[in-house]
Amino acid sequence: MKGLVRKHGWSLGLGLLFLLLLAVTRLIQPTFGASGFESLARAALPFAFATAGMAIVVIVGGIDLSVASMMAVAAVLAAVLMERIAGVPALFIVLAAGLVMGLVNGALIVLTRVPDIVVTLAMLFVWEGVALLILETPGGAASDWLEAGIRGFFPVEGIPQALLIIVVAIGAVWLPVRRSKLGLSIYATGSDERAAFRSGVAVGRTKIAAYGLCGLFCAMGGLSLAALTGIGEPVPGPYLLASVAAVVLGGVVLGGGRGGLLGPIIAVFILRIIRTILTLMAVDPNVTTIIEGTIMVAVVMLGTWLTMRGARR
Amino acid sequence: MSDLSTDPPLVRIGRFLRDNPMIPLLVFLFLLIAVLEAMRPGIVMPVRAGRDGLISTFWVGNLIKFAIPLAMLAACQVLTMLTAGIDLSVGVVATVSAFVCATLSSIWGVAPAVLIALAAGVMVGLVNGFGVGVVRVHPLIMTLGTGLIATGCLQVYQRLVINAGSVVPDFLVWLGVGRTLGMPNGLVLFVPFAIFILWLMRYTGFGRLLFALGSNERAAKLSGVRAWQVYIALYVLSGFIAALAGLLYLGMIRQTSLSLANPLLLPSVAAAVIGGTSIFGGRGSYAGAIIGALILRVLDTMLTLMQMPEGARTALFGVIILAVTALYVRITGAR
Repeated sequence: MKGLVRKHGWSLGLGLLFLLLLAVTRLIQPTFGASGFESLARAALPFAFATAGMAIVVIVGGIDLSVASMMAVAAVLAAVLMERIAGVPALFIVLAAGLVMGLVNGALIVLTRVPDIVVTLAMLFVWEGVALLILETPGGAASDWLEAGIRGFFPVEGIPQALLIIVVAIGAVWLPVRRSKLGLSIYATGSDERAAFRSGVAVGRTKIAAYGLCGLFCAMGGLSLAALTGIGEPVPGPYLLASVAAVVLGGVVLGGGRGGLLGPIIAVFILRIIRTILTLMAVDPNVTTIIEGTIMVAVVMLGTWLTMRGARR
Repeated sequence: MSDLSTDPPLVRIGRFLRDNPMIPLLVFLFLLIAVLEAMRPGIVMPVRAGRDGLISTFWVGNLIKFAIPLAMLAACQVLTMLTAGIDLSVGVVATVSAFVCATLSSIWGVAPAVLIALAAGVMVGLVNGFGVGVVRVHPLIMTLGTGLIATGCLQVYQRLVINAGSVVPDFLVWLGVGRTLGMPNGLVLFVPFAIFILWLMRYTGFGRLLFALGSNERAAKLSGVRAWQVYIALYVLSGFIAALAGLLYLGMIRQTSLSLANPLLLPSVAAAVIGGTSIFGGRGSYAGAIIGALILRVLDTMLTLMQMPEGARTALFGVIILAVTALYVRITGAR
């Protein structure tokens, strides 16, 4: 019972916090309504995908520092391809490329036996370089339907299309995985790698698959970046720290084995709406960056502190 | 030595290389320079016959000149990596210090500007040290976060001083671009600095504490080391060094920008790793990192001569870091 409350209570609490922040936003800006929520969901798109990818590798017991760079690669690839060939094949090529990038990360970690943090730090540079090789300066063009696809409401007024995309895309990938043997292996590997190995879990393959999923989500994040800006930008955005902060705030324990994807996604919206509130309060956007950074660092600090206290008990 | 002979040869070579990391590094450096000489004959000659007699081609001087700020930032990485950490805020700190110094010099004069610039580096280091040492956040995430916050602060600060203009202090220009006997004046700052770091790492209690914490943190703590104090001192020192490197870089580039020294971050990590510093802590040498910085600069020249695009260079740095670390893990069997 206690475990159940702990598991779902965190997401529930986050949901309540989000609603509270929505109410605060409404209080500051009475006109904040459906359209405001729509732009919020749209801005949250790349963050949500980066966070989903990061959450999976954190659950498996690793960390992927190259998420932002992989997103940059996906974004420029999408923009370059969509300028030349039809949008739908381009979409699938980008998704496949993301999966491959993630699998490469995972395979390098498993094969070289170098810690995740070092491998993905090195791959951060590699993918950043690859993005620059694909497109040296911002350019290319995203398909019109991709740009239009994340705007507006569907199926009813009030549910932003971007939110629907987040829920459907992440649900379609994560729910089947979680129900399958792979999902179980991911949680087992994350909570105790040695025990999982001795129980017959193919630890190496599980890790590679988790990183592959992360790459897939990063490709989605890159696609949404291309859709948001309409072009491809080879410079990685601030998604690494934001995704780590959202993962920690979302109740996924750094070190692995615990948490889900629902909490982190709600956490993304909480971090986004804080930014909206600061903007509505007419805070200088640069100051907003400082406040946001401070909040993220504070969240990670708090999460680490709680993990430490839990470990000591 | 009889027990050594039972080890497989690869492990023995690995142990030898680990004990004498400078030998293969120097060999590699001179190999690279030889390749460079083959690509562009005459490049390493200190003097060459010009139209009006002998002219100096300065390439070696240039190499050293541009390696100095990199080697200084690599010192931050070596020191923090000794404790299994890393400092990803050095690029931003160097940029902030350069920007603050240049803008404040025109308002308050040079001396306060330099002091405030260095103080900014110390401040960031203090926050890093608090996060890593007291709250125990992973150094990588902590320094990344403070780097982001510092960038935000820099942007706000920039709007405050937007009308002030900027002045690069004369002595920094002298340090940055001046030459004596064909060698850059930056060495005046760098040689004492390097000796200080080498002395700090090898002959002081603080250096031994860094090695102890990196080798086995729990054992060090049980032996009575107050880890958080060491971490705070370490990251403050790292921030200070980064700020100093930023000032030198300002004199070298002679103009301000909001991302002046940021591109030096990745090479500084690469230089430390190439120089034989383990990213897992407990092992490292600053002399190696200096050679690493020189190697990177030679590589840079080479890639420029081959007209390799920017992206390929960045990717190559990543591959180098990964390959060197993987090789180390493979050879020594350590993690």
